[in-house]
Order: sequence, then structure tokens, then C-alpha cells
Amino acid sequence: MLQTELTPEQIRDQKPYLQLGLTEAEYNLFAERLGRLPNYTEMGLQSGMWSEHCSYKYSKPILKTFWTKNDRVLMGPGEGAGVIRIGEGKAVVFKAESHNHPSAVEPYEGAATGIGGIIRDIFSIGAKPVASLDALAFGDEFDAHNKNLIDQVVAGIGGYGNAIGIPTVAGEVQFDPGYQKNPLVNAMTVGVMDEKDIQKGKAAGVGNAIIYVGAKTGRDGINGASFASAEFSDAEDADRSAVQVGDPFMEKLLTDACLEVTHDHKDALVGIQDMGAAGLVSSSAEMASKAGYGMTMDLDLIPQREPGMTPFEIMLSESQERMLLCIRAGHEQEILDLFKGYDLDAVVCGRVENGHQYRLLHHGEVVCDIPVSLLTDDVPTYTTVPEKPERLKNPAPDFEPVIEDLEGTYKQLLAMPNIASKRSLYRRYDAQVQTNTVIAPGGDAGVIRVRGTHKALAMTADSNGRLLALDPEIGGAITVAEAARNLVATGAEPLGITDCLNYGDPSKPEVYYELQESAKGIVAATKKFNTPVISGNVSLYNETDHHGIHPTPMIGMVGLIEDLTAITTVDFKQAGDIVYLVGQTGDDYNGSSLQYLQTGAYAGRLTGFDLEAEKQTQDLVLTLIRKHLVNAAHDLSDGGLAAAIVEMGAKRDLGLIADTTLTTTQLFSETQGRFLLTVKPEDQAVFEAIAQDQAVQLGVVSTGDFDLKLADGELHTQMSQLTTIYSEALACALK
Amino acid sequence: MKAAVLTFPGSNCDDDLLWAVKDIAGADAELVSAKSESLDGFDLVLVPGGFSYGDYLRSGAIAKFAPIMTALKQFADNGGYVLGICNGFQILTEAGLLPGALQWNTSLEFICEPEPLKVVNNQTAFSNQYPEDQAITLPIAHGEGNYYADADTLAEIEANHQVVFRYAKNPNGSLNDIAGLTNKAGNVLGMMPHPERAVEALLGGTDGLGVFESLINATKGAAHAAN
Repeated sequence: MLQTELTPEQIRDQKPYLQLGLTEAEYNLFAERLGRLPNYTEMGLQSGMWSEHCSYKYSKPILKTFWTKNDRVLMGPGEGAGVIRIGEGKAVVFKAESHNHPSAVEPYEGAATGIGGIIRDIFSIGAKPVASLDALAFGDEFDAHNKNLIDQVVAGIGGYGNAIGIPTVAGEVQFDPGYQKNPLVNAMTVGVMDEKDIQKGKAAGVGNAIIYVGAKTGRDGINGASFASAEFSDAEDADRSAVQVGDPFMEKLLTDACLEVTHDHKDALVGIQDMGAAGLVSSSAEMASKAGYGMTMDLDLIPQREPGMTPFEIMLSESQERMLLCIRAGHEQEILDLFKGYDLDAVVCGRVENGHQYRLLHHGEVVCDIPVSLLTDDVPTYTTVPEKPERLKNPAPDFEPVIEDLEGTYKQLLAMPNIASKRSLYRRYDAQVQTNTVIAPGGDAGVIRVRGTHKALAMTADSNGRLLALDPEIGGAITVAEAARNLVATGAEPLGITDCLNYGDPSKPEVYYELQESAKGIVAATKKFNTPVISGNVSLYNETDHHGIHPTPMIGMVGLIEDLTAITTVDFKQAGDIVYLVGQTGDDYNGSSLQYLQTGAYAGRLTGFDLEAEKQTQDLVLTLIRKHLVNAAHDLSDGGLAAAIVEMGAKRDLGLIADTTLTTTQLFSETQGRFLLTVKPEDQAVFEAIAQDQAVQLGVVSTGDFDLKLADGELHTQMSQLTTIYSEALACALK
Repeated sequence: MKAAVLTFPGSNCDDDLLWAVKDIAGADAELVSAKSESLDGFDLVLVPGGFSYGDYLRSGAIAKFAPIMTALKQFADNGGYVLGICNGFQILTEAGLLPGALQWNTSLEFICEPEPLKVVNNQTAFSNQYPEDQAITLPIAHGEGNYYADADTLAEIEANHQVVFRYAKNPNGSLNDIAGLTNKAGNVLGMMPHPERAVEALLGGTDGLGVFESLINATKGAAHAAN
């Protein structure tokens, strides 16, 4: 804690802002626009608001290239979350957020508050949060540190989500050396609302009240936004104070109370926003700036957890479970009474003013008096001159696998952490609270029905950092395509996406190249699948000791199911059903699980992806499912056909009798754009008439035998032998 | 018949329970705040799952002091039917309406899984619509569901046939595989599995419907019957 604050002149001379992530040029620009030297509080506000986390100063030029609108999008990026129309007067709201840095330092609270933060973004729009997803990435060396990290991140997500009562219905966990020191913890929440109730974070109308609601402000997470915008060093282990602590009980009350305000007190409510990164300053400044007004707040009125907090600390605290509301003058008491009924703190702490000044009072003195645009709009943007990384200029030769022991290789593949079942992790999440969950974790996508309609929503979170490392553009497109494939496999039409862009230091030309190229791939794919980007988050500087992570855009995609009777699950249903492979299989082994298994690395150029063919295949599968011709569907991804067969057989230990022209190695090829479908014998003729040569019969489901005849080999075993490995390998490895 | 679904701050299965008993099973039911002090006019009280008051001290430890609890004890003492599910079960043991206690699962992890059970006593108000020894599957979702009672209490529970549901593959270390049991009088039942999550085929099964149908059957002709 600071005993005496530096004077403006001392700040100029001693440059403490460098420690807060600002450059000298940025400080000078701020002072120049202000027309005087900023005081300590003002400099602190600048450091929070000009951090990458709040200002997107490096990523904005990239984000501008994203496709964000179609006729279904009701609200795109820029608000707490995006909104898409789903019919019958309803809309779906969703957003994803990264909590990578906090989770690396304090895994339980880092992950828990990641969930807490994204939930607030959803109900701030006026939507009831109905489901969450998580996308996690860890190193694959399971030492004691990493095991603890994995355990505590999963515990934190469950600890928050289970308690607040929002089901965690889908997600992914990846293991790769690239994340050993920089784990990724991305969380996504989906909400449902009436179209007419959409709220925005704005503070308009002179004299209207600014009301602070929720937890008291403490010294936790101070300047966390700047923390999240810097890279780690092994030498520094003193960052714990920058991680917040979550209270899901408080947030449950806050959610219910705020939704009551948005539904039952529309006359009173002007705007509402959560206090996320850069806490009180970002929420208040953004609300004023968006509405084109000024604001004055008295910091003595802010509920505080501890005495003696400075304006800098109050404004940049990232204490959790807090919201800021703008309430029409004259309605203050009804709103304060409402929160009191939930035993929540709520105080009028400021007023909307004419003009554009952002003023803060503390102990009767003006501690900040600056144009609000200085915090929100005047942040410079940066573009780095991109440079293609060496590894991409000279890719390794194509990997040509040789398989001598098919059964042994098959079993080893199933035991790989990336392939083996994640059940031991996701069973720690309540997947069914709210009683709408049609497909719980373990399927291609989570599915929840929408009460009050005849529809359901499918949702998935996908990332493919190892593929982007080989080709950021194709890898980016593949990630979007895979997300769409996951939704289509359940019978859903993709609607739109949210993203977390997890990358390294963007001032490095190679990292900027990865950002730019992957954006190209994402844009092309989102247009092809008619899935605009409606919200998102950027997490840069995922580096430790100058080693960056794989470029890892996480794509969270939501789809619509219009017929509740046409929802399809992954598992084989009955012996005798006919199994079809849809989509072409090539010899695509670069970046595959087989390559990692046999060589210990992912390398080579990326092959086996055709965006146009992928779209056609997905359209066909969706048509077949909607005609009720398919009784199980699964997309092919990591581990190719080999993994997919076992994933489908695992639930009931049903096997497969198959005879195919594919080769032994092609069983492990990871060509994109493929599905496995099962069809009841009585539906075979109609199915084949529609699918024609796009679906090739692979075999039939058996009661337990797994007999595979390939062009150059055979496999004879019991499905239960393989599913045991698949089901238990990861739990054993993490023990 | 009219059912009250209690709502404590932090309850999160209250709406699910109301949906199951009212919209699916067809009983008259409404939410009653834990801040309320009366249960007049109700024939059945349902105590829902969730994390009452955050469950920060110990599950159900704070909830037992809520204003509604005095009325609930009186309601139970008068022979009224009370069903506690998950956190509701924990609250009922904390309040002394059911014997024993619920400890952390032996894995020390929260577990959410469909769990096979056996209905071992179908002669209760909560299970009369199930055939004897019926095998059913209900979801569990809890961290502290490991049922414990001392040896004497346990012997008494078994002698009185108070156990209604037993786990087929004990997931949490509960003594005698106990998943749900009644008080000695048989009018209060606590269970860790969630019957309200198993009342619709769309969501994976209807094995839990029998609990609500049993209660509707048991309270048939009650004074406050639904119109």
C-alpha cells in the first residue's frame, strides 16, 4: 500500500507507470491530451483502461476484420455479451472469457472467478444464465504441480458453477507441452431472454443515479487488468494479490436481484454493467462514454471492505460480485429497497452529468477530473509488422506413419490424455441443475431445451492450438469448422460464435503474424457457416520466460435445434444398426495424435481441410438428422476414425463389425469434415437415397465384438477391452 | 393437496422441484421463502437442493436457523409429509428431523452422475408407487452425500425399515449404501439423489416421477386438495 502518493511531477520524473504496464509514450500522450500532468489516481485509471485487457490496443485492428452481423444478430460485440434471435420472442445471449493468468497463479480462485465474471456479463444483458462451458489447456507432463493445477482449476469451475446453480454442459480439456507453464482457462456462459428485455451498459440522462450493488470493494485483484496484460517470469512469484476471490452465494443473490430489476423495474433502469476487468473505473467510464455523458462519483460512498483504501485502490480493485446500475432520478429508493430484500449492499454513489468530464471525489477533494474519452476512446492502437515464424517457412516433411502392431497402437492412442475420456474431470460439474439438460458433457455438444418454446440450444467450445502452430490460417478455419461439426452432430444449425483469442506477446512480429493469419481463417469460416462473431475476449501475453503458447483461438459456438425429437447423441444404440462414414478420408497425419504418439511432436504442413466440402458434408448430415434417419452421430477429430469408433461404443460397450477399403494408417488419419453415423436397418434405403455416394457403409454395430477388416490388416478384439482403456486412462494418469 | 417448495437464499433446485411437482406431476404447489414463518395450508413440504446460505460452514448448518424451520419442525411433528433432496436432506439432518449426518464423499470430490438405485421399501408415502425392489436410476450431484450414523442409530434405522433407497454401486461411501431414508415415524424423508431431475424422457428418464406420484397418492383427499 502506498503511504503517500507521488505528486504529478514525481510521477513524471520517477515513471512509476512503467511498472503498471504503460509506456512512456502512452503516459506522454495522456498528459498531452489532458493538458497537464496527471495525478496519481488519474495515472492509475489510465494504466487499467489502457491495458490490452480493457483497450484491445493490439488486437483491435484484428478484431475489426471479424464478421459480426447477419439478420439474426440483435446485438454484436461491444456490450457485455452478444445476442442472437432464436424465434418465439426469445433470444440467446453468450460470451466467453479467459482467466488464464489468475488461474496460473491461484488455480481454484482464478478459475472460479472466471466463471463468476462471465455469468455477470450474461445477466447484465437481462438474460437468465442457463448453461456454462469451459475450455481448458494444460501441459501434458503430469508432475505434482500440474496435477494440482488441473485438480484445482476443475474444482474452482465446479465450486462456482455448482453452487450458483448453472449447469456446466460442455467443454474441452487439452494437454500439450505448449501449455505446461501457461495453462488456458476459458469459460463461456449462455443465457436465454425475451427479445424485448435487452439491456445495455449505458449511463444516460443528466441527474440520473449511479448505483453500486453487491460485494464490498477490497484490495483484491487491484490492477488485475494490467497483470493479465503482462507476461510471467519464473523469478516473480509474488503476484498472488492480483487474484480475486469468488463468492458464488453472493452472485446467486446478485443474479436474481438484477434480473428482477430488468424484468420488473423497466421504468427505473437506464443501464447496467458488471464490474469486471479494471473494476469500477471500466464499468463507470464505459457506461458514461457509450451514452455520451459525463459522470461524478463520490468514492466515500463506495462500500469498502477495509479502511484506508486510496482512490487508486477503490477504482482499480477487481473484487468480485459487483454491478453498476444507472437508475432514473426519483426511482432510487425502489431499487435500493429491492436489493435490501436480497440482503445485498446497494448505494447511490454518483450522478450522470452533462458534458464529458469524469470526476471522482474522495474525502471532499476532486481526485480525478478528466474527459471520459481519455479513458475509453483515445487509447492508441498498435500494429506490429508481422513476420512469418521460421517453423512455418520451413515446415517439416510430411509425416508418413508405419504401424506394425495395430492393436497395440490403437490401445496406446486411446490412453493418450487428449483422446482418453475426460469423464473423471467433468463429472465434478453439476450438468443438470435447472433441469433442461438434454445432452450432458461427453457428447459432441451440450444441449439444453429452452423452456417456454419448442426449441433447444446446442453449444460447444473448441480450440486446436497444435494445428494453428502448424498453420494459423487453416488452423483457425478448422477450429470454427470443428465447432460447427460438433453442433451439427447433435442436430443443431450453427447460429454464431464467441471467442477467446489466447496468444503470446503481440509486439513480437511472429505472434502478430499468427494473430493476423488465424483471424483470416476464422473470418472465412464464420462466413461459410453463417456464424457471426457476436462477442469475445482477448488474452495476450500468454508467455513465461519469453516462451509463448500455441496460437489458440477458442471458439464457443451455439446452435439451434427446432425439433426436440431430432436431437442425436454420440453413442451406438443397438446391435444391427448400420454404420456409415461421411466425408472423404485422406492421408493426413501432420499434427495428428498418431504423429505425437510415434514422434513426440506435432510437425509439418497442415493438410486435409476443404472448407467448401466441409460445409456440404455438414449440410447433408443435418438434413439426414432432421429427417430422423440417424440414431447416433459423431464428428471425427483427434485420433480420427479409431478414436471415434470407441467413443461411440463406450457407453454400452457395443462393438462394430466392419469391412473397409481404408488402410491401417488411415484409421488414424485426421482428415477434417467427417462424421460417423448409425442408421436403423429399416431406414437404410431412404438414408442411402439421400446420402448417395457421400456416405460409405463401414459396417454394423455388434453386441460387443470389434472386428475390423482393413485393406492391409485386421483387428479382432472386444469393444470392452478398448473402452476400459479409453474410460480409465486419464483418471489413472492424474492420480 | 398443496405442496410448499421452500426457498433458502442459495437454494438452486427450488424451481426445478416446483416444475417437477407442479408442471409435470400435476400437483398444486408454490414457493415459500425461508424467511416466512408459517406453513399453514400446506399438506406437503419439499426442501430443495442447492447451497443454502452458501454452505460455507457446513452443508445446512446455517439453514437450520432460518425463520421457516420452527414451522417446519412443527409441521413434521404433526405428521405432515416432508421431503428433503440433496441440500434439503442435509438441512433435515442438521435440524434433527432425520438421524445421522452427511459427510464429504470418500473421493473428496463433487460427483454428478446418473446413479443406479434400488427401492428397498415401497411401503412409505414417498415410494408407494414403485414395485418392491424396483431398480431405478436417478442423478446425483453432491460433494457431501456420504451418509453416516453411529452403529446404534444405524441398527435402529435398519430395524425400523427406514431406508427407502440404496445405491447399487455406492458412489460416496454412505454406510449401508444409504441413498435415502425416513425418520422413525415415516413422514420425513431425505435423499441425496435428485428425483426432480428424472421426470421427463427428454432429459434422460422418468424414474424419479414415482416419488412425486407416491406423495400425491399419500396425500389424496387432504384438506387443501387442489381444485
